[in-house]
Amino acid sequence: MVRFLPEAHFASSGAGDLQLLPLRFERLDDHRYLVANLVGDILLMSAAELDRITSLAVVPGDGLYERAVSKQLIARKNQTSQLQLLGLRLRSRMAFLRNATPLHIFVVTLRCEHSCPYCQVSRRSTDRDRYDMSEETAMRGVDVALAAPMQSIKIEFQGGEPLLNFELVKKIVVEAEQRSAAIGKVVSFVITTNLALLTDGVLEFCREHAVLISTSLDGPADLHNKNRPRPGGNSHTLATTGIRRVQEILGDDRVGALMTTTEASLDRVEEIVDEYISLNLDGIFLRPLSPYGFAIKTKQFGKYDASRWLTFYERGLRYILDINRQGRYFPEFYASLLLKRMLTDRPIGYVDLRSPAGIGLGALVYNYDGKVFASDEGRMLAEMGDRAFELGDLASDDYRSLILSEKLVGLVSASLTQCAPQCSSCAYEPHCGADPVYHHATQLDPVGIKPLSEFCARHKGIFRLLFELLEGSPEDAAILRRWAAA
Amino acid sequence: MKPLPLSGQATAVAGMSNQTGRMVLRVRTVADGRGDIGTHDIALVRNMDDAASARASGFQAACLVGGGADLGNIFPQHIKLPGQFAYLGDGDIIGLQPHSRKLRVLYRRGSSHNAFLVTERCNHYCLMCSQPPRDIDDGWILDEIADALPLIDPTTRTIGFTGGEPLLEWRRFVALLDATRMLLPDTSVHVLTNGRGFASAEVVSAWAAVGHPQLCAGIPLYSSVSDIHDYVVQARDAFDETVLGILRMKDKAQRVEIRVVLHKITAPRLVETCTWIARNLPFVDHVALMGLENTGFALANQDALWIDPIDYKQDLATGVSILDSVGLAVSVYNLPLCLLDREIWRFAVQSISDWKNAYLPICDGCAVRSSCAGFFSTGRMRESVGLQAVADHYSMVSGST
Repeated sequence: MVRFLPEAHFASSGAGDLQLLPLRFERLDDHRYLVANLVGDILLMSAAELDRITSLAVVPGDGLYERAVSKQLIARKNQTSQLQLLGLRLRSRMAFLRNATPLHIFVVTLRCEHSCPYCQVSRRSTDRDRYDMSEETAMRGVDVALAAPMQSIKIEFQGGEPLLNFELVKKIVVEAEQRSAAIGKVVSFVITTNLALLTDGVLEFCREHAVLISTSLDGPADLHNKNRPRPGGNSHTLATTGIRRVQEILGDDRVGALMTTTEASLDRVEEIVDEYISLNLDGIFLRPLSPYGFAIKTKQFGKYDASRWLTFYERGLRYILDINRQGRYFPEFYASLLLKRMLTDRPIGYVDLRSPAGIGLGALVYNYDGKVFASDEGRMLAEMGDRAFELGDLASDDYRSLILSEKLVGLVSASLTQCAPQCSSCAYEPHCGADPVYHHATQLDPVGIKPLSEFCARHKGIFRLLFELLEGSPEDAAILRRWAAA
Repeated sequence: MKPLPLSGQATAVAGMSNQTGRMVLRVRTVADGRGDIGTHDIALVRNMDDAASARASGFQAACLVGGGADLGNIFPQHIKLPGQFAYLGDGDIIGLQPHSRKLRVLYRRGSSHNAFLVTERCNHYCLMCSQPPRDIDDGWILDEIADALPLIDPTTRTIGFTGGEPLLEWRRFVALLDATRMLLPDTSVHVLTNGRGFASAEVVSAWAAVGHPQLCAGIPLYSSVSDIHDYVVQARDAFDETVLGILRMKDKAQRVEIRVVLHKITAPRLVETCTWIARNLPFVDHVALMGLENTGFALANQDALWIDPIDYKQDLATGVSILDSVGLAVSVYNLPLCLLDREIWRFAVQSISDWKNAYLPICDGCAVRSSCAGFFSTGRMRESVGLQAVADHYSMVSGST
């Protein structure tokens, strides 16, 4: 007769047999706590349940024990597999660190024919000699970019309006192509342009050299033109015509657009999304204003706070989910990015939201005058007279001296969310990132006091929104999972 | 509903013996001008005319199935098998113990479900084991398989190794895999193991060194809660070793399949289990969610294990979609289509080995029978209340949108 042992024989014998694994929690309201394990898998529970877990007052069969074990909040003391799993998942999530400085931004000119009040760059309208990058500086920039250890890098042309110095763009592309081929590296290119100066010659060059186009589109004509004034008041017509021409000549997937949310946008998110849909763009990035450049000078930044922005974002996201529910695949790119972090362990080293921060390690910015910055926002700060993120000068520095500069190492290590106050204990930490530039700009400190940080409030708001959609709405959850899997 | 008999006793064995007391034979049909008759080959004959032409072709021994003819004059070396083995065909392989006349059919060339039992010993004692382990010295089985491997048709698409626990004698078993790589490099090789042996780096290194291009370990994992997994397999710390084993195997880029058998203990936790696999082991090569074969220990533990599959239909659909959404290859085994949500029909596989696969009278009018897994003919079947003939394949499919 066969003898089988009862369930109790294999069950944990109680608290003495259990260990608490690293966890973080966030109070949602009086009754609900959101509890995350080391790598950000989230579980919803009551305060009493959280108390029981932290005091290991759970027993097999009570339901909470099984939930806590499955979410790796607790483990049997003698077990190593759960720790190994958490360790390797953490390693996978951080693997973006293997790829140092994938992005290199060339500010080929600071001149622009637009005069946007929210401009984060402080564009100039005149003086070609003074505000254009020289060829000599550009070639030094290519030297540094190709010295980055990555096998595959991206060069992005920024301004001002880079098409105002397109001759230099062409020289950089050709030079980078030739020299990368010689050393077995791969370079891809993107031009960030308002498309107002788009010509057949530009398109022809972009097609020949597989250059991507990134542009700005703030919504319907009146809103876009109000946000983005230029002589003639025709920015929207030029942008939309340009997008269609790029789609036609280079292909639908060769152009992307970014929107910036101004106070005037707040009530019009549906129209903004519709504008992107009608132009057959492959998604939208609902993006708040940043506290740099003219956005500060013209007092655009600060006209709405995080809570108004979140209301705008949630309304937009729900509208976008409706569109997806009707069968059209159309992601909101920021949600998509955060969902990849929340639902997978893929190493998402998004330069503006990661820890260690993406400054320098994710991107370097070569300004028109040869100064090198740790991020695009860093050079925007410098235009306002704050050189906190200026790492050096192309005239005298190389890749190593820039990346290993005490300034950069200091800023990155000071701002780690893994140990920063109020980040280290945040349930969303595994999915969030450090933004030392933002916190320096707003609080004169690379870490910042997080309860005072709009960056923090916005991100907590989005994470919570996404979590509630994933938990509470199966139909939306299915769409969000598809975005995460893309 | 009766399974195909894969073991039995010869009615006569004449002139066949060797020193080991067991022999591996490949039955061959008689064809003119056959030049490749080896020492293990035995002619498959139905009557005296067959026997005569087999002799003329050069065979030294013959196998007569279901007949009373006296082969002795033509073939001093022969065996006679009862009629239940009439299915034997050219290229099939049997293992025979001449003194006891016991035989087992080891390989059927026309089948895609050939599995070699490596041992009956096991360090698990699973509540639902369909092949209850025995603590016996059966090391001879490995020798028998080693003898059979060179006789297998090298164009065979897939073979399996099962147990018991093949890794208990891991050095000898890995040697067998080495032979498989040499002899059957184009055959996919599927090994059912509880994976605990892979917690040892030495075992994984040896396994990886085999270098068979299509070698896969199918490893059971019954719950994300270690206590529950350990209870199902009746072994403490099994979960920990199994998971560590899976990690070591993937660290060495070896193919791993996770197998979850669904019964009353595992099915109610299926969504939790699939979520855990999707988050923690998304790099495994395949996940199989498997209906229960109601035989062996599963019969003894009926009360603890039986659940009507219709009762976990929704959780199974959810579990499949969770695994699928992270890009995991997932299959549903051993369950008929009428008990599955239409959304997951495309994951359902006709997984039940041909020799124990059957359908019910109710299936006669079913529009999707030809793509349905059907039922096990082994053990004692329990019928779900949800069984039904599907009226129209297309209406079922289109109904899902």
